[in-house]
Amino acid sequence: MSQTGALSAIIRMLKRDLTLAVRRMSDVLATLFFFVIVVSLFPLGVGPELETLRIIAPGVVWVAALLASLLALDRLFSDDYRDGSLEQMLLTPQPLTLLVLGKVTAHWMVSGAPLVLMAPLLGMQLGLSWDALQVLMATLLLGTPAMSLIGAVGAALTLGVRGRSVLMALLVLPLYVPVLIFGAGAVEASISGLGAEAHFSLLGAVLVLALVFAPLATAAALRISME
Amino acid sequence: MLEVQGLAAERGDRRLFSGIDFTVNPGEMLYVSGANGSGKTTLLRLLCGLVLPEEGQVLWNGEEIRSQREAFHSQLCYFGHHHAIKDELSGLENLLLVAGLAGQSLSENEALTALEQIGLGGFEDLPTKVLSQGQKRRVALARLLLTPAQLWILDEPFTALDSAAIDSLRVTLSDHLARQGMIVLTTHQEVVIENAVVKQIRMGA
Repeated sequence: MSQTGALSAIIRMLKRDLTLAVRRMSDVLATLFFFVIVVSLFPLGVGPELETLRIIAPGVVWVAALLASLLALDRLFSDDYRDGSLEQMLLTPQPLTLLVLGKVTAHWMVSGAPLVLMAPLLGMQLGLSWDALQVLMATLLLGTPAMSLIGAVGAALTLGVRGRSVLMALLVLPLYVPVLIFGAGAVEASISGLGAEAHFSLLGAVLVLALVFAPLATAAALRISME
Repeated sequence: MLEVQGLAAERGDRRLFSGIDFTVNPGEMLYVSGANGSGKTTLLRLLCGLVLPEEGQVLWNGEEIRSQREAFHSQLCYFGHHHAIKDELSGLENLLLVAGLAGQSLSENEALTALEQIGLGGFEDLPTKVLSQGQKRRVALARLLLTPAQLWILDEPFTALDSAAIDSLRVTLSDHLARQGMIVLTTHQEVVIENAVVKQIRMGA
């Protein structure tokens, strides 16, 4: 397949999923509000002292982003699985890996990108400085696509399984751990003045690895689930 | 040419069927009959390459389908139990999306003509969730009027259709055969297709 053919397959898939997401705005908003509410619960539970909140802020925002991204994963393939679209995708002459890549990109744009944009607002609420907010946004910008890619493997593997949400969480959350450590670690390092370059490099490495291997693994998992 | 040699499949621990052999040549239709649970759908999914056979092989133009997935799938149109119609989208958008995913370029006019032909003129802009079961089915079947694929594998295409739609589908099928297309089909209704070479295979017998 030519390069333009490959690219247009990804773009067509991307357009399709974005169109569907626009028609079903409530799903997109649900993820975002979940994120906002989880982060907002912490000041209520821990107490309003900014000193305490500032210390836990990077971890709180990151864990909330991680849970929100997990929540959104449920829908990545399940609708297409139910109505038979997934079957048709498996039967197109396009390589499934590319379709998966397009699908995950669309999924990130509607469920990951809004979290990145919302994060500074929530960080401010927890007393993070302007510099820390910038680092937080940058780490989420690298981390959320990695989480979408990794999560897609879990979502594909658990298709059609009873109690799949819980199973998927058990499969995917451990795999999110490196992203969480380097993401939240970068923000903490920058707050304490240590510099976050090392964390950023590692986070970038995770993203690149996920970008290469996750679509392949997802495509294979989809073929297994459809049998 | 679709060729099947010694095909066998299992569901759970139960052997559904074994030793299935047949050939479908251009211009021929294979009619798969059998009771519920006799493995008709599984056989069709095997032919598409969605399921791996326990034994035997499926050949397309003399070559195993798994070793030429892209070439085979560009010649295949599968119509399964689920019609792959998105409720949020209109009939027109659905057709354009499906064609787009298959890498087929389809103009809006062609899609509109197909919808008109299948009896959905005037409904093309409504979201498909407001359509009836039969109408949704028709949207899905409009795909057959547009696909360039040579091999059609249809799982119960006649369910939920009224007699007018059944007649129009019969014409579509016989046109396809006249163009040297191939059809593999399951159905519970006896449907007569004019001037067609029809082979039959009975599952579970």
